[in-house]
Amino acid sequence: MDKVMRLASEKDVVVFSKSSCCLCYAITILFQELGVTSTVHEIDQDPEGREMEKTLVSLGCNAPVPAIFVGGRLVGSTNEVMSLHLSGGLIPMLKPYQTWC
Amino acid sequence: MDFPSTQFVPSRMMGTYEPIHQIGMWGENFKSIGNPSISASVIVEVDNKLENESETASHEMPVPSCKHDQEASKPFDKIQRRLAQNREAARKSRLRKKAYVQQLESSRLKLIQLEKELEQAREQGLYIGGGLEAGHLGFSGVVNPGIAAFEMEYKHWMQVQNRQLGELRTALNAQISDIELRIVVENGMSHYFELFRMKSTVAKADVFYVMSGTWKTSAERFFSWIGGFRPSELLKVLVAQLDPLTDQQIFEVCNLKQSCQQAEDALSQGMEKLQETVSATLAAGQLGQGTYFPQVAMAMEKLEALVCFVNQADHLRQETLQQMSHILTTRQAARGLLALGEYIQRLQDLSTLWATHPREPA
Repeated sequence: MDKVMRLASEKDVVVFSKSSCCLCYAITILFQELGVTSTVHEIDQDPEGREMEKTLVSLGCNAPVPAIFVGGRLVGSTNEVMSLHLSGGLIPMLKPYQTWC
Repeated sequence: MDFPSTQFVPSRMMGTYEPIHQIGMWGENFKSIGNPSISASVIVEVDNKLENESETASHEMPVPSCKHDQEASKPFDKIQRRLAQNREAARKSRLRKKAYVQQLESSRLKLIQLEKELEQAREQGLYIGGGLEAGHLGFSGVVNPGIAAFEMEYKHWMQVQNRQLGELRTALNAQISDIELRIVVENGMSHYFELFRMKSTVAKADVFYVMSGTWKTSAERFFSWIGGFRPSELLKVLVAQLDPLTDQQIFEVCNLKQSCQQAEDALSQGMEKLQETVSATLAAGQLGQGTYFPQVAMAMEKLEALVCFVNQADHLRQETLQQMSHILTTRQAARGLLALGEYIQRLQDLSTLWATHPREPA
């Protein structure tokens, strides 16, 4: 639990992923397009990966990955991010963290 | 199917019922169900059940006690208790019978459906264990029941869709209230959401079936993007039909279109990555050695992600519809749904026309 929350609050936009997960990749592409650099943690490459996976599921994520945290708070999985984006709520949330040149 | 339950009203006399009479009735009704071979064994089972219960019931029938010269209240209480127990047993028996019959009814419907599917498969020239037809039937030639079920449901879905389009047309031309129009719009939206649910189910059965859009007409498939329409394309078609829009609406629709586009791009790139991953996994090791099962097995694991993508694409379609319904007025939403439905109908007509128009001989 601690590791997940610690990693989630270390950086602005954090995506928990697995190295083989292409949907996670799609999410990072979306963030990129919105001018945000996301920090990706691949939990299958992490020694505590199992625990982290359990934590993410217990936090309410349907699938453990992708799990997206913005400003240390859990936004959700792909569904939540897409819904938020289409309803116009994602960009305002990402505004403080956008890094346009 | 009429089930004359009125014939089973228990005789109020002693709180018992007349099982023999009822077995006969019950049996009669089963004969009329359909497949006689099924109902025959059922009747036997049912008869046995009822007979057993009638036996226990009769055992519990109060025999006038010879001890009735003792306290008069005791045997009377006993009798009352036995009567109550009889009534309870009878009631429980009726409930069990009801549940059993309901189970039989649904099994019967399932059987009819399976027979239909089998018939369809036979009509398409495919037999279990035979046939070398390729396509969505696989090597074994057996129709995937998930697919067969979906195709039947989709046929029905299209019928309801066409009916709803007619209702929309009528509603827009008539002078109905906004509230009533809202209901028609909600029905139309729910109907699309129902389709997404159906697709999600069949995607679990065979994701390639959904990806290839087999159930759709050829022109629809031409525009296919991850198992359906691109939301941004649909928005383009819709917006042109919705004049006049307020400035605020134009602004919101523009934002929606842009968000859609971005989400689609992200998913498309994810799909490309998936292709690369599967391809790389499959091509790993030396090609040409002749032994490759590990690569194929691993590639299959990667391919599972395709189901997630199909679900995400449908989720995107659903969210787009939702957002549009928030942005538009009820009347505009109704016109939008009608426009969308008719656009799809035109695509389907295009497919038919294409298939039937004479071509130059090769």
